Amino acid sequence: MNALERHRKLTEIWASDKGFKGWFSTVNHNDLGRMFLVTAFFFFIVGGLLAMLIRVQLATPHSAFAGPEIYNQIFTMHGTVMMFLFAIPTFEGLAIYLLPKMLGTRDLAFPRLTAYGFWCYAFGGSMLIVAMLFGIAPDGGWFMYPPLTSAIHSPGINADFWLIGITFVEISAIAAAVEITVSVLKYRAPSMSLAKMPIFAWYALITALMILTGFPPLILGSVLLELERAFGLPFFQVDLGGDSLLWQHLFWLFGHPEVYIIFLPAAGVISTVLPVMCRTTLLGYGWIVSAAVALAFLSFGLWVHHMFTTGIPHMGLAFFSAASTLVAVPTGVQIFAWIGTMWKGRPELHLPMLHILGFFFTFVIGGLTGVMVAVVPFDWQAHDTAFITAHLHYVLFGGFVFPIFAGVYYWLPHFTGRKRFFCLGELAFALVFVGFHVTFLAMHWVGLLGQRRRIPTYAPEDGWTAINLISSVGSFILAIGIAMILVDVVLHIVTAHRGRRNPWNATTLEWAMITPAPAYTFASLPRITWRDPLSAEPDLAVSLARGEGYLGTPRHNWRETLAVDIASGKPEMHVLYPANTRLPILMSAVTGLFFLSLLMKFYWTVPLAMGGVAFLAWKWVWGLGLRQDQAVQSVGHGLSLPNAATVARSPGWWGTAFLLTANATFFGALLFGFAFLWTIAPGWPPPAWFTPSIFELGVGISGAALAPLAIRHATRVNESGGTPFPTVILALCGIVALGFACASLMWRAPTPNEHAYGATMLVLGGYGTFHTAISGLMGGFLTAQIRSGYTSANRRAAFPIVGLWVKYTSATGVIILLAAHLPGLIP
Amino acid sequence: MILLVFSFRRNSESGVEARQESIWILGFGLVFPAVILGALLAYGLVIGAQLSPQNGANAVKVTAEARRWEWRFTYADAPALETTGTLHIPAGRPVDIAITTADVIHSFWVPRLAGKLDAIPGHINTLRLEADMPGTYKGVSAEFSGAGYEAFTFRVIAHTEAGWTKFLQGQPE
Ligand code: HEM
Ligand SMILES: [Cu+2]
Repeated sequence: MNALERHRKLTEIWASDKGFKGWFSTVNHNDLGRMFLVTAFFFFIVGGLLAMLIRVQLATPHSAFAGPEIYNQIFTMHGTVMMFLFAIPTFEGLAIYLLPKMLGTRDLAFPRLTAYGFWCYAFGGSMLIVAMLFGIAPDGGWFMYPPLTSAIHSPGINADFWLIGITFVEISAIAAAVEITVSVLKYRAPSMSLAKMPIFAWYALITALMILTGFPPLILGSVLLELERAFGLPFFQVDLGGDSLLWQHLFWLFGHPEVYIIFLPAAGVISTVLPVMCRTTLLGYGWIVSAAVALAFLSFGLWVHHMFTTGIPHMGLAFFSAASTLVAVPTGVQIFAWIGTMWKGRPELHLPMLHILGFFFTFVIGGLTGVMVAVVPFDWQAHDTAFITAHLHYVLFGGFVFPIFAGVYYWLPHFTGRKRFFCLGELAFALVFVGFHVTFLAMHWVGLLGQRRRIPTYAPEDGWTAINLISSVGSFILAIGIAMILVDVVLHIVTAHRGRRNPWNATTLEWAMITPAPAYTFASLPRITWRDPLSAEPDLAVSLARGEGYLGTPRHNWRETLAVDIASGKPEMHVLYPANTRLPILMSAVTGLFFLSLLMKFYWTVPLAMGGVAFLAWKWVWGLGLRQDQAVQSVGHGLSLPNAATVARSPGWWGTAFLLTANATFFGALLFGFAFLWTIAPGWPPPAWFTPSIFELGVGISGAALAPLAIRHATRVNESGGTPFPTVILALCGIVALGFACASLMWRAPTPNEHAYGATMLVLGGYGTFHTAISGLMGGFLTAQIRSGYTSANRRAAFPIVGLWVKYTSATGVIILLAAHLPGLIP
Repeated sequence: MILLVFSFRRNSESGVEARQESIWILGFGLVFPAVILGALLAYGLVIGAQLSPQNGANAVKVTAEARRWEWRFTYADAPALETTGTLHIPAGRPVDIAITTADVIHSFWVPRLAGKLDAIPGHINTLRLEADMPGTYKGVSAEFSGAGYEAFTFRVIAHTEAGWTKFLQGQPE
C-alpha cells in the first residue's frame, strides 16, 4: 500500500458524512475544533458589537442612546458573552483541534463527548442571544450579585436566562475539560513521556484541571440562585437565614481561577509560538511548567481579593492581599523565561511575533495595575471604578486576545494549507494596538477621576467628557482593526495560494502532516523520544505518511489508535473509536429541552427531558458493548496490545474519575455553603433542626457500606470467570437503601421555604437521591449487560467504572446523612 | 520592555543554557519580583491598618442605611434625627459610620475622605473617616444596583464644632 492509497483508505474510514449534514453527525476533532473556533469568534463579534454600543453610550454626557434598562443589559451581556461564550470556548476549540496533532494520536479520548459539548455550547449560547434579541437579556452585571438578581428585585425572566443558559454552556466546559485531561494523560504517541510533551499540552492539562475544580462552585451558585428564584428556597435572603455574601464567595471561587483559565492557554500559545519565531527552543521548560502549576494552585486561594470592600476582617485582608501579590512571582517566572528565550534566539518580526510583542507590552502594564489593586487601601479607592474595567481589559485583552491572534496567524496555514499574501494583517495589528491602548489608557485615567463602572451616563460637570470621547474614538480604531483581521482571515481562506507544509519551520508534531489536516490526522503514529520531534527527524512527516509508524495499515474499517501509560508514554492499550453519529446532537437537544422547561416553567416536561437524557445515555454506552472476547491486537513494530475494553483502567475509567473530581468540587462547595451559612449568616440557628432518625441513618449508612463492597466483589468474581450477577443485585439493594434515606431527608426537610437551613437540607437530600438514581441506573445497566452477554472475564472494563460511581455515591451519601442527622442528635 | 528591545539587537553568543536559565528565571523571575512585592505588601498592610477603625473613644457614631436609591443617616448623638441624602459630620473628629442596607447591595464611598465599604443585607460594616476641613464632600454609591444606579449619589457636610452642635440640636445653620 503506498502513501496515496493509505490516505484514501484512511480518509474513507475517518471522514464525516458529506455536505453540511456531516456537521450534525461528526465526532472528529478536526471538524469539531474548527466548529468550536468559528462559533467562538462569532460570539467575539457579538461581544465586540456590544462593546461598541457601550462606548457609543459613554462617548458623550447625558447620552440618550440607550436608557438604563437597555444599557444594563448591554454591558452585562458584553461581559458574559466575552467570558463564557468567547474566551473559554476559544481555548476549548484550540485544544480540541491541536492536542491530538501535537501529541501524535488520531483523535481525542471521547469523540462523541466532544460533539455533545459543542452542541451544548451552541444551544446554550443561542439561548442567551435570543434573550438579547427580545430585549429580555440578563441585566445584573456579569457577576449577578443577589439580592439584586433575586426574585424580589429582578422579577423578570432576564436573570433566569443567565443562570440557566450559562449552566448549560458550563456543561460543555466540563465535558471539554474531562476530554482534554484524559487525552493529554492517556492519548499520546508511543514513548512520549510527560517530560517530552509539547509545552502547550501542559498548559492545556493544567487549564482543564482548573476548569474541573473552578467551574463547579459557579454551577452550584447558579443552581441555588435559580432554586431561590423559582421555588423560593431562601439561600441568599438574609431575613430567612440566607446570606448574599454566599453568592459572592461561590462566584469568586470560580471567578478568580477563571482569569487564569483564560490566561494559561494563551500562555501556552506564546510558549509554543515564541521559540519558533526566535529560531530557538524554549528556555526553562521545567520552570515554566512549575510556574503554571504554581499559578493554578495559588489562584484558588485568591478569590477574596474581589471582596475587599465587603467588610472582611483585617487579618483576612492581610492574608489575601499577601497571596494576591504572591501570584506575581510565578507570573514573573513565565515572563522572564520568555524574555530569556528571546535573548537566546534571533527574533524575526513575523506577524504572530507582532501580536506577541503586543501581548508583552499590554500584559506587563496590566500586571502592574493588578499589583496596585492588590494593595488593599488602593483597592478601596479604585474598586468599581473605570480603573478596574481598564485593568481587567489590559489583562484579558493583553493576556488573551493578543496571544490568540498570534496563534490564529501562526496556525492559519495549518487550518487551510494556504499562505497569506496581503499585508492587511500588519496594518490591522497596528490599528488594534493603538486603538486598544487609547481606549483603555483613557479609561484608567477617568477611573482615577472617580468615574464608576456600569453607569449609563454622566454629567458634563463631572469633567469626564473629553477623556470618554478619546476612549470611544480609540475603541472604534480598535474595532476597525479587529474587523480587518477577520477580513484578512477570510481572504486567506478563500484565496488559492497553496503554501508549503511547515511554513515556520516549527518543530512540534502538528506540522508533521499534510495541511489542511486529513480526517485521520496521522497515517501512522510516531515514536517520540524528543521534545522537538521535527528538529530531530525533519522527514518525520514523509515517513509517517508512508505508514512507517504504528498502526500504519488500515484494517476492518476500524478507527483505531493507541493509549499509553501516563508517566512514561509506554503503549498500554489499543483503542477503537465510535463512528459518526447524531446521538450527541440529539442528547444535547434533549438536555436543552430540560433547561428550556426550567426556564419557561413548564415543569411537566422536566421529568420527560430527564428520562430522555437517561435513555439516550443508556443507548450511548450500550453501543460500546462488545459481544466477543478481544484478543491482543498487533499494532506494528512487533508490538501487541490489549483492547481498551479488556483492561481495569480503561479510558472510560479515567474519564469517570475526572468527572467525579469536578463533581466532588461541587459537593465540597455545597458543604462550604452549608458551613458558611451556619457560621456567618445572621439568621441562624434555624427555628427547628431536622428531626433525626436512627432508623433512617442506620439504613442509609448500611446501604452505603454494602454497595461498594458488593460491587468490588462483583468485579473480582467477574475477573476470575465467575457470575457477578448476584453481587451486582446486592449492590443495587445497598443503593436503594441509601436512596431511601436521602429521599426521606428531602421529604422531611423542615420548611425549606422559610429558612435556608431547610432549603440546604432539601438540596443535600436531593444531591444524594440524584446520585443514588444515577448509581442505580448504572447498576441496572451492568445487570442488563451481564444478562445479554456483553461482559466476561476478558471484557471487564465496565465494572470498575460502575464501581467508581457507587463508591462516590456512598461516600457523599454518608456525609450527607451525617450532616443532616447529627446536629439534632447532639444536644 | 527595555530588555525586550535589546533582545532584537544582540546576536546570541550561545551562552550556556543552564546559566541563562539561572540568570533569567531565578534572578529576574523569582528574586526581583519577590523583593518588590514584599515591600509593597508591607506598605499596604501598614496603611490599611491605619485606615481601619481603631478604638477611638471620642469617635462620633452614625449609621448609614441604603435603599434603592436613597441613603438614610441617623446619629447616635441625636437619636431623633434622620437625614436623607446628606450626611452631617463634625470636621476634625473621627467618625464611625455603621453601614447597612434595606434591599440590595450598595457601597458607601466618599472619594476624598475614605475608601469604599459595601452595604450588605443583614451585615453592618463600620467605616472610619475624618474630614480635616469643614465643607461639603461628594459621595457616591459604588456598587451597581439596577436602573437608578447612575443618579445614586449623596453628600457629606463636615461642620465646624459650633455648626455640629447646632445641627444636633435640630437647628439649621
Ligand atoms: C473588543 C474590545 C473591547 C472593548 C472596546 C470593551 C469595552 C468595555 C467597556 C467600555 C466596558 C465597561 C462597561 C462599564 O462598566 O461601564 C467593558 C466591560 C467588560 N468587558 Fe469589555 N471590551 C472589549 C473586549 C473585552 C474582552 C475581549 C473581554 C473578555 C475576554 C471583555 C470582558 C469584559 C467584562 C467581563 C466586563 C465587565 C462587565 C460588567 O461590568 O458586568 N471585554 N468592556
Ligand atoms: Cu482575581
